This record gives sequence, structure tokens and C-alpha cells, in this order.
Amino acid sequence: MIAFLIRRIGQALVVMFVISLLSFSIQDNLGDPLRELVGQSVSEAERQALRDQMGLNDPFLAQYWRFLRKAVQGDLGNSYFFKRPALEVIMEKFPATMELVLGATLIILLLSVPIGVYCAINPRSWFTRVMMGLSIVGISIPVFLTAIMLIYLFSIHLGWLPSYGRGETVMIGAWESGLLTWDGVLHLILPSIALSSIMLPLFIRLIRSEMMEVLEQEYIRFAWAKGLQRRRIWFLHALKNTLLPVITVGGVQIGTMIAYTILTETVFQWPGMGFLFLEAVNRVDTPLIIAYLIVVGLIFVVTNTVVDLIYGLVNPTVKLTRGLA
Amino acid sequence: MKKTLAIAAVVLLGLNLSFGAAAKTLRLAYDADPVSLDPHEQLSGGMVQLSHMVFDPLVRWNRETTFDPRLASSWERLDPHTVRFHLRQDVKFHSGNDFTANDVAWTFKRLKTSPDFKGLFQPFKELKVIDDYTIDLVTTDPYPLVLHMATYIFPMDSKFYTGEDDKGNPKDMLKKHADTFASVNASGTGPFIVSKRQQGVRVDFKRFEGYWDKESKGNVDEIVLTPIKEDPTRVAALLSGDVDFIAPVPPTDLDRIRNNDKVDLITMSGTRIITFQLNQERRPEFKDKRVRQAIVHAVNNEGIVQKIMKGFGTASGQQSPVGYLGHVASIKPRYDLAKAKQLMKEAGYEQGFSVTMMAPNNRYINDDKIAQAVSSMLARINIKVDLKTMPKAQYWPKFDERAADIMMIGWHSDTEDSSNFTEFLAMCPDKETGYGQYNSGNYCNKEIDKLILASQGETDEGKRAAMLQQVEQMLYDDAAFVPLHWQDLAWAARKGVHIEDIVNVMNFPYLGDLVID
Repeated sequence: MIAFLIRRIGQALVVMFVISLLSFSIQDNLGDPLRELVGQSVSEAERQALRDQMGLNDPFLAQYWRFLRKAVQGDLGNSYFFKRPALEVIMEKFPATMELVLGATLIILLLSVPIGVYCAINPRSWFTRVMMGLSIVGISIPVFLTAIMLIYLFSIHLGWLPSYGRGETVMIGAWESGLLTWDGVLHLILPSIALSSIMLPLFIRLIRSEMMEVLEQEYIRFAWAKGLQRRRIWFLHALKNTLLPVITVGGVQIGTMIAYTILTETVFQWPGMGFLFLEAVNRVDTPLIIAYLIVVGLIFVVTNTVVDLIYGLVNPTVKLTRGLA
Repeated sequence: MKKTLAIAAVVLLGLNLSFGAAAKTLRLAYDADPVSLDPHEQLSGGMVQLSHMVFDPLVRWNRETTFDPRLASSWERLDPHTVRFHLRQDVKFHSGNDFTANDVAWTFKRLKTSPDFKGLFQPFKELKVIDDYTIDLVTTDPYPLVLHMATYIFPMDSKFYTGEDDKGNPKDMLKKHADTFASVNASGTGPFIVSKRQQGVRVDFKRFEGYWDKESKGNVDEIVLTPIKEDPTRVAALLSGDVDFIAPVPPTDLDRIRNNDKVDLITMSGTRIITFQLNQERRPEFKDKRVRQAIVHAVNNEGIVQKIMKGFGTASGQQSPVGYLGHVASIKPRYDLAKAKQLMKEAGYEQGFSVTMMAPNNRYINDDKIAQAVSSMLARINIKVDLKTMPKAQYWPKFDERAADIMMIGWHSDTEDSSNFTEFLAMCPDKETGYGQYNSGNYCNKEIDKLILASQGETDEGKRAAMLQQVEQMLYDDAAFVPLHWQDLAWAARKGVHIEDIVNVMNFPYLGDLVID
């Protein structure tokens, strides 16, 4: 276990190093950060002076070396726009994104398991057919379109839910939470639905097909033959084994969901990391872009590690029998 | 420290909300929030909008594009080099300090060091303090735009910005991308005080109790400014009643807003000109005046305004919009395909040729669609266009390289004056003087250069207008560039928020004077 963790930490460091190198080397193609910092009529000489001052004219390796030296001390540079350490800015937005991901995850968990199981048990019912149809539609519609349709329906037409932002928030230590106020929860609903719209159909289909497979297995037939109760067979014996692969996929998908927050947060003006990132790209705020990529890389490594650990705990034999991890 | 401040701010905000039943709050959504609280850090529309809320200029533009007194109550020209301003005597800064001529002098000195403003203030030699409430603005040469520039002098509280902050830096330090005192603290004379600011998320303003302008009808006590980047979301926020006032309004949603009986839409013909420049250095064909004229004749810019801009613009044949000194009423758009073909034939290019074109896709309204339309219009006179569009962040470096034969550029005159267009877009490019900095066409006409330089020293308005109009006419005759249109401006607000009285063609809504029912 300890050895496994140490190995993972080593891998994480390598991943982050590669990300930093990659993102550093594309920065020249992102555009000129000066353009977003100065007015239109500033002279070229003045621009050059500013570039010199910011160290943008130094050779690539010199810039990268300077970045690395600071990075090992936890300093990823100052954001041009926020004028503060990029890491600090990202950490401030982290709670907003995490609460959005949490909201979406809850929706996915609460809906996908019952629907998936129902569809597996009653493959021919009309509800199953409708769900399977809807899930195809759900997977195919882009997140931003879903989001805009939700806003038009629930905010403008019905006027039930707010259209943008996080609403009222409360500070719990350094964590800015919107979960503790009614206003904050209302603001969370639409973005969470929009964010879950891609993953929910995926999980319904995954659970359904896994469950159907499990129901065909010998030990389930044996259970039927033994005359066990239906509920006991479905929800205890079958569901348990269904959920194992779901955990793996789920862990990986949480990382992917963080990527999807970029779109959701932009449409809803949700003040999280994803929106921050897109804005940073538009403003060519290079230090912020690099810091975001490194942080997200880290989140991926951490979630995968946690999933592997949980996986080992839940069923140590699974790794041997199935090579899904 | 920061945390306690933030908690205190949240508590205060909560208190405000509970007591604020009678207070008038304006919930405002722009597409971006101000990058800094330091009015000298960057010259951009958003920063000037902020300056008009927190600070006051010496004079400001009104609807008739003339000047209204603000902190300067009157002014007179003493001689061709000097304009004297008399300052109001009853003005206090947010900090409680009195406003005097020394603050104006201090602000002027700081403007002269700002990378964004020093170019504009180049013609000014000094600001002389005559007494506590009188100043003279002195220019090196006779200069006609003294009042234009005085709209950019937003006096800052010199006492407030003097000393060192807790990091040991001088409080008046002016630096981009740095955590300076002035970028997070402000004390001006304006109608609003920044009470809380969460960059990129929201800015809260509250009305300054001691505001000098008691005649202002403005009754807004609090403003909550939220940046909403996405156009559909901004519109949705207005339509669902989550905000009271939005700008800009995307052209695609104009009809929806116009037809909604809960909101008002205000549009106005704007002053930002959109053009294409034809690079004569890259393409010898463009050196031929007839080819340039053929291209201008082939571009149906009225059609573009109608079809692509959905009427949200004014097709143009020149740079200067109506109301500017250089505007020539007789110059009209000149789409005429037959004539264009004829001109190409005369120039010996009946078979046409191939060119490259570049345009941004997120800088101007519908910029990429306009570029596509223009390239297909040019195909009709056998000019084959290889078009590339890209985000503005990548476009500007390409523009600086002059990377294509035809490039798009939009321009808003920082001085609200005609000569600024020509100075940057059409004068002979000169690295030394900086003239023609955005002239990617390398169009060069010494005659025009002479006229523009002369106009900059001409303080007689009539003579100056004649010069500037002559320049427009020459540019038109020469087909120096391809004029498209002036972008319209649009604002929308919930009924009862009387924005119609406070918006203007400069796009600096004077929120201090806003009345809410």
C-alpha cells in the first residue's frame, strides 16, 4: 500500500512536469498577453519595454527554468489579470467547481442506479424503451445547448430558477460554499442538471448492461433455484457486483466531469475553475493557464489513485478476474 | 486579514440586504468587469466606464458631442497654447479630503507616466496650478483637442495615494499585472464608492453620501455589477428578471428584447468603424488605385449591415461618423458590381488573382461572418480569397506581422475626433513617430500626412473641419481602405430603469444620473 502510494506520487510528479512543459511550450501560440493589458494606441516601443519588464522576451529555456525554479517552491507565477498568485486564484475558485461536480454527481447517483436497475430487470417495458431513447438524445446534445435550453425553460418561461451565478454564499474557513443558503442551492440546480446531462445517460446504460450481464450468471440462477426473494437477488446479490465496474468508470468520469465544467460554468457564469480557465485563454493569461492545467492534472492523478484504493478495498479478487482497472 | 475583511463584507452585505428595502439597487450585467480600480492602468472602454462611476472628469461628453462641465465649472482659451480651467470648490473625495487644483496636477503628472495615456497626453507640456481652484493646461504647440483630452482627466485623491502601502511600495505605484495599492483601492469624487469587489465575479458599489452634484436626479443607492460573458446568458438574466440592465446586447437577440413588454431596448449608431486594409507592400496589384476602387465597389456593405448585422450598424463610405468634424455628408457607400468589373478590366486584372485574408472571430460583432461575406463578394470580380479567421489573442500578433494581404481592423477614436482614425489607420507607417501604427495596408500619401499634422495644431474649428473633411475625401477617392460600417450600440433594461437618459454614443453610461422608478 505504502509502496503503491509512493509510486503514484512519483507518477504524479512526472505527469505534472510533462504538463508544465507542454503548456509552457504552447504559450507562444496562444497569442500576445500584452494585447489584453494595454490600450489600442500604445506605441510599439512602449509594448517592447513592457515585454522586457515581464520577461517575455527571454529565450524559452530561460523562461522555463525561471518557472521551474519557482514552481518547486509552490509558486506558479502571478496571474496577469488577477495580479495575484495563480495558484491562490485557482484555489479560491476550487470550491465552486467542486460543489457543481458534487451536485451533478448526486443527480447521477440518485437517478442512474434506480433507472439502470429497472431497465435491466424489465428490458421490455415502455419505460425502459423511453429511457433508452432519451439517453441516446442526452448523450448527443452538447452540454452548452442543454444549458441554454434549461435557462430558457426554467428561468425565462417558468421563472422558477435563477439564470446565472452562484447566488448567496457563505465562507466556511477558506471554503466559499453555496450549499448552506437556500439561494445558493437554487442557483446550483440548473448547472448541476446541465453538467450531469452527459454522464447520466452513460451511467444508466452502463448500469443496465452490467446488471443484465450479472443476472445471466450462474450464481444468480442458483439463487433463483434456491427460491430466494426477488428483491434479495436483485438488490443484494446482483447489484453489488454490478457496481464494481461502475465505481471504476465513475472515478475516471469525475475527472472528465471537471473538464466539462468549462462549458457549463461558462454558460451559467458560474465562478469556478472552468470558467476561469476559459477566460484565461481568452486573455492569454499564461501563468493562470499553466497553473490550471497542472492543478487539473493533479486532480486526475488523485482521483484515479483513490479509485484504485477503493477498488482494492471493495473486492480484492476483482483485479485478478477482470482487467478493467 | 483578507479573510476577516471578506467575512466582514459578507456580514455587511447581509445587513444591507435586510435594511435595503427602500434603497434602490441596480443590478447591472456587462460582458466583463473592470480589470483594475486604477484608472490609469489601462485605457479601455470598461476602465473609462468605471472611471465615470468612481471618479469624475474635468469635463464630460454629452449627447450632442459637446462638453458638459464636471469638476471644471468653466474654462476659457487664454492663447493658442493655454486653456484655463476653473474648478468647483465644494467637492470632496470619498476619503473626506478636499478636492483642489493640486489633485488635478498630481493626476496629470501620473497620466504622463502611464503607458496607455502618455501617448495621448504627448501634446501637453505642463499643468500649471494658478491657485487652489484654477489650473492652466499648457501644450507645446497650439492644440485643438484640449477639452477632448480633459474628459480623460479624472482627478485622483492625491493625499489618499501618497505614502507606502503595507508591502512597502509607494501607494501611487502604477504597474500592470502587479498587486498595487491603486489597483485595489480607490478614492475619487465620483457618485459611487466600490464597497466590495470579487474580481471576475461581482463588484458592489454604494452611493457616495457627500457627492457634490446635488442637482443630479440619480437615485440609485447601490449597484451590483456582475460580468456575464456569454451573450445568451446575459440576455436570459435580463429577461428572467435576475438583472436590471445589460450591455452589450447581442444583435441576434435584438428582436426578442424589442418584442418583450417587460424590458426596454435602446440602440444608437456607434462610432467604431470596421474596415479592411489592402496591403500594397505584399501585393503590387493593390498599388493600382483602380484595383482598390474595384474592391470597394464590389463589397456590398449595405447588404452586410442588413443581412449579417441584422440592421445593427450603419454602412459607411468613410471613417468619421456623423457628428465628427471630418464627416463628409456626401460620401456614401458605393456598391456597384458592374463598375467594379469595369475597373478590374481597366486595370488589366479581368482574370483576377488570388489573395490571402485574415480576420478575428471574437473581436468585433460578427467579424468572421463579415469576412466570409466579403471574400465571396470579391470572388465575383475574380479575386480568389484564402480566408483565415482566428481568436483575437492570435489575430493581433498576426496583424502586427502584416501576415495577410487583406486584414480586418476596427477602430474607435480615443479622442472622439476624426484625426485619430487617420493618424493610426491611414498615415504613412513610421516606426519612429508611431504614425500609421495600424496601417497594415501601407497606404501612404504625404499630402494626407501633412493635412493631419496641420490639423493637430489648428485651433480654429472651421479651418480644422475643412482639413479633416478634405482628408476623408482624399481617402475616399484613393480607395485607401475598404469601409464596411459603424457598429451600433445597444443597451437593454427592465422597464422603470430609465437608461434612455444616461446612455451615450461614447458608451459610458452616466450611472450617477440614473433614475429608477
